Amino acid sequence: MIAEIGHLSLIIALSLSLIQGTLPLIGAWKVNVPLMSMSRSAAAGQFIFISLALACLMYCYVTSDFSVKNVFENSHSAKPLIYKFTAVWGNHEGSMVLWVWILAFYGIAIAGLGTNLPPSLRARVLAIQGLIGMGFLVFLIATSNPFLRLDPAPLNGRDLNPLLQDPGLAFHPPLLYFGYVGLSVAFSFAVAALIEGKIDPAWARWVRPWTLLSWSALTAGIILGSWWAYYELGWGGFWFWDPVENASFMPWLMATALLHSAIVAEKRDALKNWTVLLAILGFSLSLMGTFLVRSGMLTSVHSFAADPARGVFILGFLIIVIGGALSLYAWRAPNMKASGRFRPISREGALVINNLLLVTGCASVLIGTLYPLVLDAISGTKVSVGPPFFESSFVWIMAPLILLAAAGPLMSWKRADVLGVGQRLIVAFGIAALTAILLVALKGGPWGAILGLTIATWLIAGVATEFSERIKLFRVSFLSSLQRAKFLPRSALGMSFAHAGLAILIAGAVGATNWQIENVQVMKIGESVSVAGYDFTLSNVTTSDGPNYTRQRGEVLIKKGGKIVDTLYPEKRKYWVQGTDTTEAAIRTTWLADIYVAIGDPSPGGGLAVRIYYNPLVPWIWLGALIMVIGGIISLTDRKYRIGAPKRSTQQSISDPIESHSNQ
Amino acid sequence: MKRKHKRMLFIGLGISGLGIAAALILLAFDDNLVFFFSPSQIHAQNFSSDQRLRIGGLVEEDSVIREDNSLIVHFNITDLSETVAVTYNGVLPDLFEEGQGVVAEGHMKNDSFYALEILAKHDENYMPTEVADALKESGKWQGSETKK
Repeated sequence: MIAEIGHLSLIIALSLSLIQGTLPLIGAWKVNVPLMSMSRSAAAGQFIFISLALACLMYCYVTSDFSVKNVFENSHSAKPLIYKFTAVWGNHEGSMVLWVWILAFYGIAIAGLGTNLPPSLRARVLAIQGLIGMGFLVFLIATSNPFLRLDPAPLNGRDLNPLLQDPGLAFHPPLLYFGYVGLSVAFSFAVAALIEGKIDPAWARWVRPWTLLSWSALTAGIILGSWWAYYELGWGGFWFWDPVENASFMPWLMATALLHSAIVAEKRDALKNWTVLLAILGFSLSLMGTFLVRSGMLTSVHSFAADPARGVFILGFLIIVIGGALSLYAWRAPNMKASGRFRPISREGALVINNLLLVTGCASVLIGTLYPLVLDAISGTKVSVGPPFFESSFVWIMAPLILLAAAGPLMSWKRADVLGVGQRLIVAFGIAALTAILLVALKGGPWGAILGLTIATWLIAGVATEFSERIKLFRVSFLSSLQRAKFLPRSALGMSFAHAGLAILIAGAVGATNWQIENVQVMKIGESVSVAGYDFTLSNVTTSDGPNYTRQRGEVLIKKGGKIVDTLYPEKRKYWVQGTDTTEAAIRTTWLADIYVAIGDPSPGGGLAVRIYYNPLVPWIWLGALIMVIGGIISLTDRKYRIGAPKRSTQQSISDPIESHSNQ
Repeated sequence: MKRKHKRMLFIGLGISGLGIAAALILLAFDDNLVFFFSPSQIHAQNFSSDQRLRIGGLVEEDSVIREDNSLIVHFNITDLSETVAVTYNGVLPDLFEEGQGVVAEGHMKNDSFYALEILAKHDENYMPTEVADALKESGKWQGSETKK
């Protein structure tokens, strides 16, 4: 019964999305207020019914109703309660319900918070959202219905993939989807603006907070996935340049570019067409990521199912959305002229270069990800593009971006003084040079690591320079500096956080990639091994039962100079239902480095495979990402997004040909 | 600087940036492409021992032998018409199992494959597309092997 209510709710939501996607567009065109305001009630209705569907699905999971096929395939009665909840999105059908729910959530948020939007723009934005929702609801109901029944009902389920039974992964999909789907808002705003033929600074001011929100969620979601891979896969790595990782990384790069170009569009009324294009491309990459991951073209823990019908549907949807939006762009964008002018050496110029580098970097990731697929389709030759490709292309494209990120915020709008900026950065330059010298003296190499850490130091020193200038550190009393810091615009504070976080993250990634010490051997109980100045003794191995698995747990004593520092308990679990193993690494962090121990299969001679890693600076990756997310959230609380309606400029839309000519 | 010049400058910057990026990408492609072969394809041609390649198929039943007190593992990868002997010194991934799909990266030496990396990141219901294609090519594909 509950499952049928869920199914029915989805169908009602679909019919509402049909209304939301059409009538408000007509209303905005005919200037019919009742039709336009229908968008808000339709958005509210969609949210209510999709929430109901999601609740029904959750209910089926929590009560272990195995007559529902989706629950049977992905759950088991012995599974801990939290994983009954998270199993809802640990499979294709359920994750699509989550996707449309988040889309509906953004819809109702626009309807509720966008009271200061001009009615026609709001109606159009919500209509585009409705059309996207319609596409996904049709997809869901036609190819991926989570509420299908099984008759007779099986006694128990097939359980969730044990790799996904993990707290870190419980929140990875929702956060990632908040990010992916959040880009649909920027997309809808872009398409609505193209229909209206008007992009002004107020438009950019509306787009930016939504992009910030989705960027923050995307950052958190990606890093949570990376963290999970680090401790769960037992390989000591945090990023594998796996196509599925790339699929989430590309929209992130686009969202980052969009965040920066929207600043120019808002403050300087320039780069408007470009901003619209980025908004379209950002969401297109989200959709493409979904297509790649869900179509079964890529092999990973994310490919829940390889169903060609789904792949074809998403591909078709992708072509309609991207093709439609880009055609609209090609038709309407040339008529929209920017009014803000600036010189190449200026804040705007720096942001343009930022955008070019981010887009180029994104293109290199795209090529590396799609090349094997394209080559296979054309010639049937199967190749793989591994981390070395991305390390020697993407990383080098990003290096100048990081160099620039320290200088850009110090540049003034319109026209900047290179010499002046250079002088202000002299201390930062000194600190970076000193770091390089110290690193060469202490570590000696590899030179890529030294370069990477030097660049990261340069960025954080640049951020510190900019921040202390803003609060007049050492130039006024410390107390009044604090006062200044308190009343800094939140967007400036957020930027400092995000850039500093990026620097810390880069330092972490560089250290982890270059200075990792790996030691893998068979150990018997009582045996010791020395790694990175620590002695590791396998003192005991025990076997016990968890809620739905048997665990083999090693006890590893860590000593330094004869003294016991810590005891780690790495585990290997065998899940009963699916019969598969998972590795639970044990990690001790000093915030400068991680000591990482994982156990593997037993050896016939009686020992146990033990992997020990010494991972310098890895904790900084998580710390840096967290600071970036905090920066994004701080920026979101900027008062300009809260207080007062953003004033729309009085500039006429292009529907008035005379006015648009006089603007040129 | 005039508007037109400014635009030219940006376009120029963009193009040169793209050019450098394209060069970087092509250079990176040159060294870092790893080709994939099925056991039948491996037997059909010769490989020099310094060519890095991937092979994929199923782990042959009852072929996994672990050496005493070391991490060295021997097993056979099969596409059900040909098999290749594989030697690997390391810890096998959690999803490695006899009868399941596997992809190994490494090089051929004296008719056996020395793996540097074993990939089995897929879940147990799912076959890597490369492996599925290799099985289809050898005519041993059974649809039931992808249950989901």
